Amino acid sequence: MKRSGAILAAACLALTGAVVARATVFLPVIVLEPVNDEAVREGMPRLLSEFGFFRRMNTQVPTIDVEPYRLNTPLYSDGAEKLRFVYLPEGTQASAQGEGLLDIPVGGALIKTFAFGEGEERRLIETRVLLHRADGWLALPYLWNEDQTDARLAIAGARLDLTTPKGEAISYRVPNKNQCKECHGLDGAVVPIGPKARNVAQGWLEAMVADGHLDRLPDGADQLPLWEERENANLTAAARAYLDVNCAHCHRPGATASNSGLDLRWEQQDPAALGIGKRPVAAGRGAGGHLFDIVPGSPETSILTYRMASPEPGVAMPELGKATVDEEGLDIVQRWIEEMAP
Amino acid sequence: MTIRLTFAAALLASAAPALAATHTVSPGENAQEALQEALILAEPGDEIVLEAGRYTLTDGLSLDVDGVTVRGAGMDGTVLDFTSQQGSGEGMLVTSDNVTLRDFAMENPKGDGIKSKGADNIVYHRIRVTWTRGPHPENGAYGIYPVESTGVLVDGVKVTGASDAGIYVGQSNKITVRNSIAEANVAGIEIENSRNALVEHNIATRNTGGILVFDLPALPVMGGGNVIVANNLVVANDTPNFAPPGNIVAGVRRGTGIMVMANDKVLVENNILSQNPTAPVMVIAYTQPYEDERYNPLPREVVLGNNTYNGGGYDPQLEGAEMLKGAFGGELPPVLWDGLGTLAAVEGTMGWSLNLTEQGKGLAAAQPGPLQVAVPAAEFDRSGIGAPAELDARIAG
Repeated sequence: MKRSGAILAAACLALTGAVVARATVFLPVIVLEPVNDEAVREGMPRLLSEFGFFRRMNTQVPTIDVEPYRLNTPLYSDGAEKLRFVYLPEGTQASAQGEGLLDIPVGGALIKTFAFGEGEERRLIETRVLLHRADGWLALPYLWNEDQTDARLAIAGARLDLTTPKGEAISYRVPNKNQCKECHGLDGAVVPIGPKARNVAQGWLEAMVADGHLDRLPDGADQLPLWEERENANLTAAARAYLDVNCAHCHRPGATASNSGLDLRWEQQDPAALGIGKRPVAAGRGAGGHLFDIVPGSPETSILTYRMASPEPGVAMPELGKATVDEEGLDIVQRWIEEMAP
Repeated sequence: MTIRLTFAAALLASAAPALAATHTVSPGENAQEALQEALILAEPGDEIVLEAGRYTLTDGLSLDVDGVTVRGAGMDGTVLDFTSQQGSGEGMLVTSDNVTLRDFAMENPKGDGIKSKGADNIVYHRIRVTWTRGPHPENGAYGIYPVESTGVLVDGVKVTGASDAGIYVGQSNKITVRNSIAEANVAGIEIENSRNALVEHNIATRNTGGILVFDLPALPVMGGGNVIVANNLVVANDTPNFAPPGNIVAGVRRGTGIMVMANDKVLVENNILSQNPTAPVMVIAYTQPYEDERYNPLPREVVLGNNTYNGGGYDPQLEGAEMLKGAFGGELPPVLWDGLGTLAAVEGTMGWSLNLTEQGKGLAAAQPGPLQVAVPAAEFDRSGIGAPAELDARIAG
């Protein structure tokens, strides 16, 4: 027998005396099906349901060993709500790497569902899975069906028309499999981006350790500010957290935009690498007529904010994953540049 | 002998996947999905054949599988039309090694045309990238854009209308750009922060600047040099600069033929330079302040061999142009050097120098005078320059 919620099943047997594990005659025992480890480890399932990450697909209730988490400062995606989960197969655990990425073992997975609308109106749009396989991480996009019962593999990506929470009508882009790598690529390999110790709640880390899902509490970790409480946070910390989460997966050594020489990681302290007084290399018309990535005290003449403020392909940053301008993100970065002593 | 060759071929083949497949894609309603799926599902060694016709694409394409060939039905036969592109920073992005792109066209990509990054041993053969409205500041930046790669062969391509550089090779090594046409771009062909580049048998015309070789500070890959620019036709590069301000090429003067800036060991010879109104050849230092300790802003050991100069320097986009022209008898001599770094030229090379003494101090200290430089002291060391021979073999025949 697989470990289909083995304890519950055993309890069920003991109580009912029945031979059938699923018998629920006297008690409403819910038997949890485990994740399909074969699907995580090989092949490219056509349907999201084949992984078995969710007990209920449409409400995104996870099954055993699939833990929801949230990020302190999230990546902007046209205002989409994002439901994030990490899957760790039974008997495995993630390991802490200081404040950086949690190291997820082979056989594990990261799952992220994008949704628009609230309550009854909520529509699941796509679910992106990152599967940690023996030969590295594999990123696959799944597009939800009309009935919200399942999502199908959309290896070449897709476009769909929808309205953002702010009421903007957009053509929403589901990235293709390769485009996943544009953000998730580091030194030629696909890597996770989101679950860095500094960007998840301390309480969540503690619970993961307590449950045996994480080997230890990361030590000496910075914590990125909570985005919704950014007004109470240090302005530099809030802006730098935003840039780290929204930009640094490409703008760092070894990643997609490394040739720009711009490095927007949280840990980067060199002002020139952060763009202060730095001339662009291949910005093209993305420079918007400006000379430097960041001009201290002058967001209106800084290329960084010019590109953040544009929805136009070829100018807009990030290049992928958004069709609308993140006004709140732009605001915090503008204020940060404004506050810099010229 | 034949048997031995066959045996060798079999050995070579055994290193590749046993069964290379061909994926054929046709234009039509699902072209975006079909083409992108083919690019994703291809296995190393496979060929993706794009049948003739016009493909309407709404998003950038990307290839991340090693050893794939993408082949169209000719640079006018297969046209990937990005006029209604809605996303991505380029028409096509290649991030895998040993890729061959050949015989198709890209029209009106929103950002760059084809970018290949960290894609070693890439071949661009008979690719056309065109911004169909001609020079316009809102055209995309680069047409052909390999960067951070070792082994780059660009052969028989044509790029028109790029608002930065038509053919741009950056932060790379072992490069050949040849038999290509760069027309009506801001910079025709640009070799930047790269080593061992051969630029030969190209036509650069109606750009703002024809062929530019230079180094910039504060990039991950530094120290460009070992570059040969030979046997090119660099004619009538007289399009007003239409780069969006802020780009480094926005500073290129209309009418620059071949420019060498802040680079080490560059040979310029056997080119025909005609009707480039600012300067057929310009050798200069980087002018801006910089903080990168790895950076050398001066041109070093630049060698001008025999070139054919015809009708240049007649309308220089330079401060005090009229006075200068008057001083030189109505037309500036073909070679302009700012006086910084080291330059050698074959006997009889006509030119003038600004005689600057310090980098980054502007033109205030210029004392224009006739060019006086040494003749080349030794044969230029050509070893190791150009793309690996394996790349030539891939498109031979």
